[in-house]
Amino acid sequence: MEIKVVKDILDVNERLAQRNRKLFDDNNLFAMNLMSSPGAGKTSLILQTLKSLKSKVKIGVIEGDVSSSLDAEAIGREGVPVVQINTAGGCHLDANMLSTALDSLPLKELKLLFIENVGNLICPAEFTLGEHRRVLISSLPEGDDKPFKYPLMFHTVDVVLINKIDLLPHLKFDIDAFSRTIKGMNQKVEIFPISCTTGQGISEWVSWLLSQMGNPV
Amino acid sequence: MHELSITQSMLNLVLEQAEKAKAKKVGKINLVVGGMTGVVGECVQFYFDFLRRGTPADGAALAIKTVPTKAKCRDCGKLFEPAEFDWTCPRCRGNNIEIVAGKELFVESIEVE
Repeated sequence: MEIKVVKDILDVNERLAQRNRKLFDDNNLFAMNLMSSPGAGKTSLILQTLKSLKSKVKIGVIEGDVSSSLDAEAIGREGVPVVQINTAGGCHLDANMLSTALDSLPLKELKLLFIENVGNLICPAEFTLGEHRRVLISSLPEGDDKPFKYPLMFHTVDVVLINKIDLLPHLKFDIDAFSRTIKGMNQKVEIFPISCTTGQGISEWVSWLLSQMGNPV
Repeated sequence: MHELSITQSMLNLVLEQAEKAKAKKVGKINLVVGGMTGVVGECVQFYFDFLRRGTPADGAALAIKTVPTKAKCRDCGKLFEPAEFDWTCPRCRGNNIEIVAGKELFVESIEVE
């Protein structure tokens, strides 16, 4: 007997993600899922953003890594609530892992939540967490062909930050061509060239972030 | 690693559907996988062979229908399959494109006894 199913394989994750999203909305908390290759600058971006915002906005952070708590320790030194998820081999965060971590944060007190995903351009693109905005940090040393190699990721994010632009004099990277390709695949995407080392572009990113918080839908 | 959690989710979904239908055994699973998902059929089969043991889906055949990534040019309407390093429209060379196929990842149907 054949049974018609037509159900998304990741349906369970989708439903948990929606539950997480409702929890965020009920607590007036704006959540951002930060994704990138390993070393592209997710933690650096959080640290730079905290410098500008932590005295004005109550921020919490969830760190996702295969192992170690190095990133959570770095964030913890900034005096903001942080939870470390270790996936013990898992290559991405999923909605279930996130919902467990949320129990350890003072959600009612927070206004902004950064979720730093595991460094990986493939799997995090598939698994939504309930976030309001999906952020991709691309970096100059990775090369400008990444949109062709990882189209799903570039297609499903709300903003792409091109990090390490201070290295532009030393690398072959066509920022205009890169931006045009991404905009072609993803019309709504915002693109910000930044450097977490020099601070260039950070204020534009922060302004955009604050404007999004005022309009979470 | 990507396919492991996806295969587990797929199996859970199938077993849930089989239980709803009060079926004793799953004979076949029909999957649809889009090209943009990056899911490799052989890897799904590999993990499935391991995960299905001892479940009502033990011995079930896995049929995977792959859907190629297709884009549509928003400017001239041309439907095309993007080339490896070129996502511009082959007709008008515009890069204002919309993905219309390739993100599918679902269980279409199952055959049970």
